[in-house]
Amino acid sequence: MIVADRKPLEEILEMIKGCNKVLILGCKGCVTVCNVGGTKEVGILASILKIARKKEGRSLQVDEKSIERQCDPEYIEQVKDIVDQYDAVISMACGVGPQFLSEAYPKQRFFPAVNTTFFGGATQHGVWAERCAGCGSCVIHYFDGMCPIARCSKSLLHGPCGGSANGKCEISKEVDCIWDKIVRKKMEEGRLDDLVQPKPAKDWRSARDGGPRKSVREELVQ
Amino acid sequence: MRLSYPTNVKVIQVPCTGRVDIIHLLKAIEDGADGVYVAGCLEGECHFLTGNLKAKKRVQYVKKVLEELGIEPGRVEMFNLSAGEGPRFAEIAREMVERVKALGPSPVKKQEAA
Repeated sequence: MIVADRKPLEEILEMIKGCNKVLILGCKGCVTVCNVGGTKEVGILASILKIARKKEGRSLQVDEKSIERQCDPEYIEQVKDIVDQYDAVISMACGVGPQFLSEAYPKQRFFPAVNTTFFGGATQHGVWAERCAGCGSCVIHYFDGMCPIARCSKSLLHGPCGGSANGKCEISKEVDCIWDKIVRKKMEEGRLDDLVQPKPAKDWRSARDGGPRKSVREELVQ
Repeated sequence: MRLSYPTNVKVIQVPCTGRVDIIHLLKAIEDGADGVYVAGCLEGECHFLTGNLKAKKRVQYVKKVLEELGIEPGRVEMFNLSAGEGPRFAEIAREMVERVKALGPSPVKKQEAA
């Protein structure tokens, strides 16, 4: 899923400082699963913003709504009747949400309430870790199910660097050296030879290096 | 036991402090409460195993939020005591009321009244 963190309150309050009536729009997709932008978090943010405003002695009307997803036009359309009633709309979706909303309703202002961080999964309740860099041409099968692009600090494809020590990365003792894990697993499984097989250079045009990306599935396009 | 404790403490019963959510604590502050505290069972003695530990983390979250908003985090607190400790319950109520009185009225309420 796409993982995000709520922005610092100061930043959100600064965005809406001139507003008296705002809508907080949650998303029931990834940000609900990572507990940052679903219905529950919309309620919490609404309460926090009202507390902050009451403290300043100014009132703020905050309405709450969550839609199925903010990355599909059919759900974005569900707010068409209410979106213009507000001074601004705070989106709690990933970075896609405020952009889709802005494209659909160009006259309204949409503020992001979260910082979109990475594609990852929950390693335990409340802890998420990066697993995919969205590079556009998956190479995980070469590395026994571990992605060195997303999980090596340098995205190295040909083995660990000199900063690998005791299975940890030099950037932090809390970060595993994924190359250490890859090599160990290859040795355990007797597949170490896989790593010396020549492979063509990775085509990075499918990653961000090729500019903004688009995926077209002809069988679905109407 | 007929123990007395400050009358300005409004008790809201929940089946377990694990039921207390961040939004409940925030709503109390938002609606003008000068302080909110959660009285949970002793750590390690939750009938539902971890209800009080969950509540503790939620209280900590709300404290952090209040701090970010420039409101004294001491207005929110978590206490642990067993159901058999009536005198401790009354003592905690007095302790919290004294603490909140020292902090003064909630800045949220103060402005609202102004």
